[in-house]
Amino acid sequence: MSDGLTIAVPRGALFDRTLDLLDGLGVDTSEVRSNDRKLLFADIGVVTMRPTDVPTYVEHGSADIGITGKDVLMEQSERKVYELLDLGYGACEMVVAAPDHGDPIGDALRRLGRVRIATKYPRVAAEHFARTGRQAEIVEVKGSVELAPLTGLVDGIVDLTATGKTLAENSLKVVEQIATSTARLIANPVAHKLKAEQIDVMTERLRG
Amino acid sequence: MTHPIPPGSRDVLPEEMRELRAIGDRMRAAFEGAGYGEVHTPALEYEEVLLRGDERAAGARYRTFDEQGAVLALRSDMTIPIARVVATRYAGAEPPLRFSYVARAWRATDRGAGEPREFLQAGIELIGVPGTEGEAEVIALTIEGLNAAGLRRHRVGVGDGALYRTLLASFGVAEEAHLPMLEALSRRDLVDLEHQVDALALADRDRDLLVRLPQLRGGPEILDEAPGVGGLRTLHDQLEARGVADRVIFDLGLVRELGYYTGPVFEVYDPAVGFTLGGGGRYDNLIGRFGRDLPACGLAVDVQRVHLAQAAEEALA
Repeated sequence: MSDGLTIAVPRGALFDRTLDLLDGLGVDTSEVRSNDRKLLFADIGVVTMRPTDVPTYVEHGSADIGITGKDVLMEQSERKVYELLDLGYGACEMVVAAPDHGDPIGDALRRLGRVRIATKYPRVAAEHFARTGRQAEIVEVKGSVELAPLTGLVDGIVDLTATGKTLAENSLKVVEQIATSTARLIANPVAHKLKAEQIDVMTERLRG
Repeated sequence: MTHPIPPGSRDVLPEEMRELRAIGDRMRAAFEGAGYGEVHTPALEYEEVLLRGDERAAGARYRTFDEQGAVLALRSDMTIPIARVVATRYAGAEPPLRFSYVARAWRATDRGAGEPREFLQAGIELIGVPGTEGEAEVIALTIEGLNAAGLRRHRVGVGDGALYRTLLASFGVAEEAHLPMLEALSRRDLVDLEHQVDALALADRDRDLLVRLPQLRGGPEILDEAPGVGGLRTLHDQLEARGVADRVIFDLGLVRELGYYTGPVFEVYDPAVGFTLGGGGRYDNLIGRFGRDLPACGLAVDVQRVHLAQAAEEALA
């Protein structure tokens, strides 16, 4: 940005709302919108990346601040970044879901003493089942998590859902809510001190 | 065939070693020149002796046994061994005492977190000078030591580790609510902290202060916005007298993890890198746990991180 801050912007579901937000701060994002192959826009201090990479760049200080989902921050809780603001958009629920007939998770726990859970969020899933006193085998998958219970790989899944549509189309239903995730503004700890004024101005305007 | 070394440790080859050695030597000379004599203590100590310094650090130590079955531990910093040295070797010496070190310490790390398991620290301890006078001397000498090491833009962050806890108590917040709030503060999860503050249903003025405090950082002007910071104001005056006030950032949300700090806490930054170079603070009860009641404060930087900052500064120049 013109005031010397570099901001990590997430491509994907949060991309458009994030660029709208930057427009509102007077940043000209037209090139970012029109060129989806270019990643670094040095003149306006914007770098674009996958949401899961945002904490990595901000922790290292390659970006001073960044925007990403709370789901990403929960899964990467070891990252040393400051969480400054709940931006409110991109709301999703982190849920436990299972096939919509019977009670496969309860059945597995009663008869086998443990439940098998597929997820892209192994830490969030493991902590949720540990916190609720149930033994779980976590199976990390990279692609569509909904497939895993349909093929018998697991009894249930932990995933992020906005509308529940994808779950329903795959005959899955939400059985537990874990947390609500929204977009968050994060900052590098050193930049938070050494560029305090710029970061505060930005935070105040975003809070606005 | 690979012959691995533990993650978080590393081999240092000649070219890097020469540069690390130069940084250590220059800082050592700056410390010695200010009357801080260098000390060396054993890497392995009796665990029960180290635990007298700080019980909470116990989980972070590497342990082994000696021939008699006594538990030995690798030191995880130099402050506790120096507190032991002061109470035993200098039991009758007239304070103040000044010591420096360029020494290795070891801490357990989470696998894959990228934290070093073994690190080289350059630091100073000032024993027997209470209050802001001692803190100002330690901060000014650290800044000078880093000048000597070749950094130009480094800054020291200064906060008060007890401030937030004191405020919570003064607002009548129940003891059991403190810990989760202090944890959110130490992570600087300001979203979570604000939720927790809102849940307390305090008067607006108190609520706003608890939410704003962790965001108050900058020059001495921020000290006008919070109660209970008279000590930091005096410290600012003394730093000004020493000509280093413009290198210091007051940060009212700053807390450090180590359990023995009792007052002001410090962190060291360089704008070229996104991580802290080191830290320290005042620890007025630590030496007393070894039998000699003396106020003290100290500061240490990680030499390898100073080297990274210096290289990054060169790349920017």
